[in-house]
Amino acid sequence: MNCCSNKPIIELIAGEKLCKNHFIEYFESKVFKTIRQFDLIGKEEHLGVALSGGKDSLTLLCLLSKLSKQNPKIKLTAIAINEGIENYRDKTLETAKNFCSKNNIPLKIYSFENEFGMSLDNALKILDVKPCTICGIFRRYLLNKKSRELGFTKLATGHNLDDEAQSVVMNQFKNNMQASARLGPKAGNDAGTASGTNPVGNKNFVQRIKPLYLCTEKEVTVYAFVNNLLDDFNECPNVAKSYRAQVRDMLNNFENENPGTKYAIINSFLQVLPDLKKRFKGEDVNSCKECGEPASKDKCNACIFVEKLEKAKLKAVS
Amino acid sequence: MMKLKVFYDRESKEKTIELGNNATIKDLLKKMVINPVTVIVSKNNDVVLEDEKLKDKDDIKIISVISGG
Repeated sequence: MNCCSNKPIIELIAGEKLCKNHFIEYFESKVFKTIRQFDLIGKEEHLGVALSGGKDSLTLLCLLSKLSKQNPKIKLTAIAINEGIENYRDKTLETAKNFCSKNNIPLKIYSFENEFGMSLDNALKILDVKPCTICGIFRRYLLNKKSRELGFTKLATGHNLDDEAQSVVMNQFKNNMQASARLGPKAGNDAGTASGTNPVGNKNFVQRIKPLYLCTEKEVTVYAFVNNLLDDFNECPNVAKSYRAQVRDMLNNFENENPGTKYAIINSFLQVLPDLKKRFKGEDVNSCKECGEPASKDKCNACIFVEKLEKAKLKAVS
Repeated sequence: MMKLKVFYDRESKEKTIELGNNATIKDLLKKMVINPVTVIVSKNNDVVLEDEKLKDKDDIKIISVISGG
């Protein structure tokens, strides 16, 4: 069924076909409804927006910027991490810088090189580890630490429905329900107290929010396309080796045969998420004895990897 | 038969694809063995649906929805 007499640009899972204007209206209202439904943003916030320069984070920043213009008490700062991946991150960071400068949004950039003494590319030369494992740990560590230091009340990320469905399935396949308990539109178990939102959580944890939670990757791409937010195709060179990429491809094949699969994964997950959060309450509230960042054990994973890197560096020069 | 020039961003190159008359975007993706869930397609710079009919000289771009890491 078409929305109006204008030419449709997208067909929704339910079969409705939307023209450009009705799609923009549909997409924006879905994101703002998600923000209200899950109480993601309060009346007064200093939001950090994790920005990679890809379509998801640019779409998120574009929408939050609209929200901020309507509500001056919602302040935005973009934060980007330069992992040091040649021919990839340098390009997306350029896009991120241009967008922020054009839209007058402050942007803070931190690098693995400065913060951990080595770029990801160089770390992978001396450490036998899956790239996405060390990259994810260091990136999440820096985003949380810098968000707290910059005084963000929350950190918004561009995770979409496809990302979350992949995470849910990956955790099932690895029998890691504790990790699933940390998912959801408001991420983290006992979600953080740096913003004073939960007295049980770790005080060093900055609450993460996902306003694009119910938007499919395809919807985000169409929105980015019609709003000129799409840059040239750019995929991390390490992604092909990842477990996530295998699950992503499997889910996309399944979605093609059985439309609505990813929505079903998320809708059923949201039904059990409150029980999961209760079940694992309090299990992630330790602080790392080395750096004080949130950790599930005595030491956080970032400090464990920094130590491994130091040892590998010594071994490489001896 | 028609010959179409198609740019697929994931491969960063333009390909010439031969399709029968009255072919649609769906036929094109099938021929290129691309899962429609993973892409959006623009014809002459407008996003179009899978049932869109194609003509010779249409400017077709296949844009991957997968990005990042």
